[in-house]
Amino acid sequence: MNNKQLLNIQNLNIHYVTDDGTVRAVNGLNLQLNRGESIGLVGETGAGKTTTALGIMGLIPDPPGVFVDKDNAKIEFDGENLLEKSESDMRKVRGSKISMIFQDPMTSLNPVIPVRDQIAEVILLHEKVTAKEALEKAEKMLDLVGIRRERAKDYPHQFSGGMRQRVVIAIALACNPELLIADEPTTALDVTIQAQVLELMKNLKKEFNTSMIMITHDLGIVAEICDKVAIMYAGSVVEFADKYELFRNPKHPYTIGLFGSIPDIEKDEDQLKPIKGLMPDPTDLPTGCPFHPRCDMAKPECSEVEPGSVQVAENHSVKCLLYKN
Amino acid sequence: MSKVLLEVKNLKKYFKTKRGPLHAVDDINFTINKGETLGLVGESGCGKSTTGRVVLRLLEATGGEVLFNGQNMLDFKKKQMAEFRQDAQIVFQDPFASLNPRMSVSEIIKEPLVINKTFDNKADVTKRVKELMDTVGLATRLENAYPHELDGGRRQRIGIARALALNPSFIVQDEPVSALDVSIQAQILNLMDDLQKELKLTYLFISHDLSVIKHVSDNIAIMYLGKIVEMSDYASVFKNPLHPYTKALLSAIPVPSVDVKRERIILEGDVPSPINPPPGCRFYGRCYERLDKCKDNTPELIEVSKGRWCACHVVNK
Repeated sequence: MNNKQLLNIQNLNIHYVTDDGTVRAVNGLNLQLNRGESIGLVGETGAGKTTTALGIMGLIPDPPGVFVDKDNAKIEFDGENLLEKSESDMRKVRGSKISMIFQDPMTSLNPVIPVRDQIAEVILLHEKVTAKEALEKAEKMLDLVGIRRERAKDYPHQFSGGMRQRVVIAIALACNPELLIADEPTTALDVTIQAQVLELMKNLKKEFNTSMIMITHDLGIVAEICDKVAIMYAGSVVEFADKYELFRNPKHPYTIGLFGSIPDIEKDEDQLKPIKGLMPDPTDLPTGCPFHPRCDMAKPECSEVEPGSVQVAENHSVKCLLYKN
Repeated sequence: MSKVLLEVKNLKKYFKTKRGPLHAVDDINFTINKGETLGLVGESGCGKSTTGRVVLRLLEATGGEVLFNGQNMLDFKKKQMAEFRQDAQIVFQDPFASLNPRMSVSEIIKEPLVINKTFDNKADVTKRVKELMDTVGLATRLENAYPHELDGGRRQRIGIARALALNPSFIVQDEPVSALDVSIQAQILNLMDDLQKELKLTYLFISHDLSVIKHVSDNIAIMYLGKIVEMSDYASVFKNPLHPYTKALLSAIPVPSVDVKRERIILEGDVPSPINPPPGCRFYGRCYERLDKCKDNTPELIEVSKGRWCACHVVNK
């Protein structure tokens, strides 16, 4: 393992075992992230994006969540396999080395605690400081995300959605984590507010040199803020590439379909080119390539053979039989 | 016969609150031609959904007129209203909340036909339901399914089938695709486009998503805090936006391309409260081009050049 690499996920399988069947949320996922890089994890509802993030954080609810084939899987972070860590060790990692920003800023803050104290909580927990110093640093964090210090003692309901998300970002960055996982951080916000928050995240990332996993369904946000892109479908990464390579030269039929589904603000088009059909039922995934029932280019073998990862260019890999040598 | 289907004049809707009147829709004007789509776009709380509801009289207007085929429907009595309700329909944003969980697909689609006694016998109703399901691309085997068994895209198709049941000429689309994934969103947008052409429908399409609005609309109206700030054909708005708010809104959209570089205008602050709004331009506090007179004088929406309307002192010098 070289020193550049911060995160290396190999063969991750996470299933949810329920009475109605086993939901195969994450299937054989591989993902690598270098220090200082940000990666966009893109996919539709049920692709397994959030489960992957919770897996890294060690927050998969058990039951029903199960790591399958755990002995062959690893989530290597800073040279240590997180899957082998005890719960009390994970607690030391969470919030200090890896933090997460959740989608909904309305529900991820405690409504009865002033925002300053919520930021101070994480600092007190992970750093050797006095309560006073922690509060001081909390106010500094508020400054940093563009909230005036006078408002430090206000409660979450006194803030707008965009401001609340800023508070959540302040909490996430308070201990200067090496990895920030942002789960659809701007989905609940209006566009002009989204632009403010993205700008803030971009600047903070530069300032702290934090690595980031940005979970989103919006390819526009990826183009804006990420260095690399991983496209997820039915629990695994189907295409992984450098951002420029992926946007200029998408290879997987699903990725191409995603681009065809977005109305382009720069061009006039009469009809969109949607992907036919629906996301597969995760309790009953198709055999072979999970995308083959919706794929226009599917061949008979696609329903039988599960495609492996093929390197099509430097820093560009695709899981599709079309590119098999 | 006139080309215009819907004409809104000086429409106002205020809500009473403890802290004073909330100006949700404040003196707006627009027209929609037959067979065309007006896209109404703005951020949350700007009054776009309220507008959609007031023009259907799901909410009573505080003032102004809504001319539907030349008649002010705000004055309609019960019998005229019943006819109007058949002609004007709505598709709601949330396909989870807008369908009765205890009714099957066919019962939901059938309800408007039963209430309006459109057909004398059950066979015709069943036939019409099948026809509607076919039109919106729902497999007829799903007629006895319940909404919770279906995904968001199919549920939204039920909502559309229900809206089409009585052969309306006008449909308010209130954020019909914002709860859907992109690949499903594209399917629904294409369906709406096909239906409009086939059935010569007129849409008021409400959305916060400018790329969706651009795709579906003939004309676009941009709302900010209860007022229309800019209105024109869809191409001009995107090619050459006039109002500072429109410019900022357009520049804020993340473009899914690595080869297009846009100058980004980041607005400061949040949308102010619509309760007791101050006099003057509503956008004054966040505007980066403001003049002194903007503070106290409300700019009127005036025609700047043919077909292009803008409410801004900087533009309308």
